[in-house]
Amino acid sequence: MEQAIVNGLYLGSQYALIALGLTLIFALMNVLNFAHGQLYVLGGFITYVVYGQLGLPFVLALVATAVTLALVGAAIEKFLFRPVIRRSVREESTMLLAAAIAFFLDAVILLLFGEKQRGVPKIMDGLLNWDFRIVMPYDRILIGVLSIFIIVGFILYMQYSKPGRAMRALAQDRVAAQLMGVRVDRYSMIGFALGAMLAGVVGGLLVTITGVNSGIGGPISIKAFMMVMIGGAGVISGAIAGGFILGMMESVGLFYLSSYGDITYLIIFASLMVFLAIRPQGLMGKPWG
Amino acid sequence: MSNKFPLLRKAATVVALSLGLTGLASAQNPVLKIGFVGVTSGPAAAWGISNQRSMETRAAWINETGGFEIDGKKYDIEIVSFDDQKDPKRAIAGMEKMAQEGINYVVGPNVDDGAAAVRPVAEKNGIMYFPYAFPKSLYTAPASNAVLGMVANYQSGPAIYKYLMEEKGVKKVAFIAANESDPLSQRDGGVAAAKALGLEVVADKDTYQNDTRDFVPVLTPVLRARPDLLVLSGVAPGNAPLLIRAARELGYTGLISTETAQDAQVLQEGAGELANGFISVGGASTPEIRTAAMEEFIDRYTKMFGEYNDESNTKVYALEYILETIKANPASMADVEEFKKTMDTFEAKNIYMKGDATLKYVGSTSFGQKRQVSVPMVVNEYMDGEFRTLFIAEVD
Repeated sequence: MEQAIVNGLYLGSQYALIALGLTLIFALMNVLNFAHGQLYVLGGFITYVVYGQLGLPFVLALVATAVTLALVGAAIEKFLFRPVIRRSVREESTMLLAAAIAFFLDAVILLLFGEKQRGVPKIMDGLLNWDFRIVMPYDRILIGVLSIFIIVGFILYMQYSKPGRAMRALAQDRVAAQLMGVRVDRYSMIGFALGAMLAGVVGGLLVTITGVNSGIGGPISIKAFMMVMIGGAGVISGAIAGGFILGMMESVGLFYLSSYGDITYLIIFASLMVFLAIRPQGLMGKPWG
Repeated sequence: MSNKFPLLRKAATVVALSLGLTGLASAQNPVLKIGFVGVTSGPAAAWGISNQRSMETRAAWINETGGFEIDGKKYDIEIVSFDDQKDPKRAIAGMEKMAQEGINYVVGPNVDDGAAAVRPVAEKNGIMYFPYAFPKSLYTAPASNAVLGMVANYQSGPAIYKYLMEEKGVKKVAFIAANESDPLSQRDGGVAAAKALGLEVVADKDTYQNDTRDFVPVLTPVLRARPDLLVLSGVAPGNAPLLIRAARELGYTGLISTETAQDAQVLQEGAGELANGFISVGGASTPEIRTAAMEEFIDRYTKMFGEYNDESNTKVYALEYILETIKANPASMADVEEFKKTMDTFEAKNIYMKGDATLKYVGSTSFGQKRQVSVPMVVNEYMDGEFRTLFIAEVD
């Protein structure tokens, strides 16, 4: 049981970080970014090239990944989403655009980085082994701790920085924020860049553990949507809670139900359906949006 | 054309030259089209891309050296590809496209449900196809148009388990598979083979979603049964290093094997030395059994596509079989019934493998008819970035 809980906490910290960027973009722009998983993959590949191929320090690779993804995110918002949002009030327009970006990035990533699974050298050797009751390699512990630090850093940034406050104001009431002098275009772009950066950074962190391949963007997006739906779309604390809940459900389910075949996800999806029927806004979302 | 449009004129010249050159090329040799229907995008892209690139590499090589001679006439080989996205509906559309183009020979699909879905289209349109899928019904009478393009797990599994029982003292075995039709059917076949050999199967129900990225939670309960051998049934090359790494990091020290082809570089990058000792199956995969022709194929593939994929050690063969069989009976170029007649007696030199290895159709034991290409069943052990041959066997 101890191992299942530790596995769940580790998975949860990864998942929460993945979901944060998605929920931030939704909160600011009411956009369901179907390309979130592809941004994660792109981040993984940039870290792979800088750290795995060029042999530069891992920290530098993570910084390069963060900067690149922030620029990619800013460009996507400025040149793609902003004109569409300006010209169309229909939500389907941004959904279609997001889906198109996902397909486009899938194709570009496959073209640039090939079809193979890629991996990088371990960033830390060694293993925590508590009498085989809890076994956890040090690099996973490090990545888990780093994920939690990034989550805390993100919360503090949103809480106390000027851009963070502006983005929260936008998320609460876009029109009121605009009337109070918040520059909507500027902070939407910063928010999208931040969301893309978070996706890229978690891709960069996890390439050291799980590697990366060009086809995993879609499944990552689906999981991220699940977490956001559990926690409540557009709510930061909800995304974090959703990530940890999904991670724990997966870990405990696989531990206790594995002998019955692959029913863990069946139960997770069934529970999600029942939960959403009772509370469609998620744990921390508001029913009115 | 006036000088007002120099760019347009230049473009027209380029187009005209291109058309002329194309015409010249096609005037040299008639073209023989061979199809490929398989998955070249999405999470399973690696399977189909290695297929498609193997065919394109071999076709370019043949065309560069003057074409493939059939009945005294040289043909340029053209590969017509269709990405089925691992979707049976698209696989059917792909096979219909091949029929519309008048193509009689198709390599693929890569997975069970796709291969089963295209069967009616292939049979109706008289297309021979070479799937990488294991259901016996595709190759057993009354089916007759499908030819298995590799060694099936129910053929390689027993050989591997027997070897490991005798050489490594394996007694307890655990199976884990992705929750998809191919891996699950391979797992069931493997479990039956292991039980038939007298092995104790300590886990045979554990599965994972194919998009799983972290396998520690999946493997934790499996490894508590302390197996001597962990079989990764039908594992995708992208998942193999993740599973191996997770198992080793959980303290598992036993053997790990699979019956599918893997890629040494992917194992190296994904699991490093933790993958040492991992057992898999390949074609002409190890340096000690490769011919110079295989080395040249690898070299050409690498130059064309940037890097080689070890899965192509097996996938290089399907096109070779199609062309050599047509060569043996030129009437089969337009009539697949002639192709089927030739299959029973066909034999040609295997240019990729040292020794007296031959290309021939097999499968009588498994399917009751010769509906499988004879690919060398090379059982490999991964060690420090490359595969080493453990043993070589043949399917009859």
